[in-house]
Amino acid sequence: MAETATPSETVNRVRGARRSPAEHLAEAFTSGSVPGTVTLTEIPYQAMVGVRVDRTSDAGARVAAVTGGLPAACGEVTGSGSVNTLWLGPTEFMVVAPEEAHDSLGGSLVGDLTTALGNDAGQVVDLSANRTTFELSGSHARAVLEKTCSLDLHPRVFKAGTAVSTELAHIPVMLWKTSEDSYRIFPRASFADFLGRWLLDAMREYASPEVP
Amino acid sequence: MLLISCPNCGPRDETEFHYGGQAHIAYPENPNDLSDREWAEYLFYRENTKGTFAERWVHSTGCRQWFNMLRDTVSYEIHSIYAMGQSRPDITASSPKAEPEKPGEFTQSGDYGQAGDPGLAPGTATAPTSSEGV
Repeated sequence: MAETATPSETVNRVRGARRSPAEHLAEAFTSGSVPGTVTLTEIPYQAMVGVRVDRTSDAGARVAAVTGGLPAACGEVTGSGSVNTLWLGPTEFMVVAPEEAHDSLGGSLVGDLTTALGNDAGQVVDLSANRTTFELSGSHARAVLEKTCSLDLHPRVFKAGTAVSTELAHIPVMLWKTSEDSYRIFPRASFADFLGRWLLDAMREYASPEVP
Repeated sequence: MLLISCPNCGPRDETEFHYGGQAHIAYPENPNDLSDREWAEYLFYRENTKGTFAERWVHSTGCRQWFNMLRDTVSYEIHSIYAMGQSRPDITASSPKAEPEKPGEFTQSGDYGQAGDPGLAPGTATAPTSSEGV
């Protein structure tokens, strides 16, 4: 009599049950976005893995083989395609991948990294639920960020393909410039509501015609 | 607002950092041998320097690494930033401009100021350290 769920049924049930940290703002993100000028969307459920390892050690080399390299200095992002690794500290990294890469959804990212680290010093922690991802893009995305970010975001200094951990609206985030006009922001889940509303507020003026 | 140059991340706002108090306080080599007074002095007694002060900071919203800083508590000028475990640099030799513009404003640029009786000031306590620096 026992009903056994097939793996795909389990996956679908998991998918249906979860709620992303800024899900309730999805409509506001759509209506608050100004296409072509600045748009804000949430990219929910990305797989994220916190890795601590000495990148020059053997374990570091094995982990790098899974992730496609480990960044050497602040700002660097390694990896190509869907799996990328952000630099958090000299021995601390964050691997970001699409949700399908997560072990519970058919992928093997966390398991592969754990295997690669083995029994050596370091850690591999599944942090997928720790942060959510906002994508802020458009010609005025930088102007929105400059209202609160103390870093120099001018393209001369902050180049596409750079990720730094810093503060936006006084909360700690990872800020990743994925292309010239596009930024990915990783706030902790509990800050997603606040930061989402803050960014919407900051975007509001660009919906109106510019005052000469 | 101080602009602090993190050794890993470059110049960042002071709000990204947290202060860690006086630097170079060695953990007593044999804590069990200390009297209650000596232990209390190790734990709680700190310099209150007017002038150049060696202190610890952590880049808490960045790389989360600790480092030492030589900062002027009067002018807030940052003289030097150096790694944990390194000894306090002699700023009088390396940068003459670190000297005060107004003579008499403060005097100590190498010594630790009002270190009291020997053995009472935390910086001058017992010799080697195991807790500091990595």
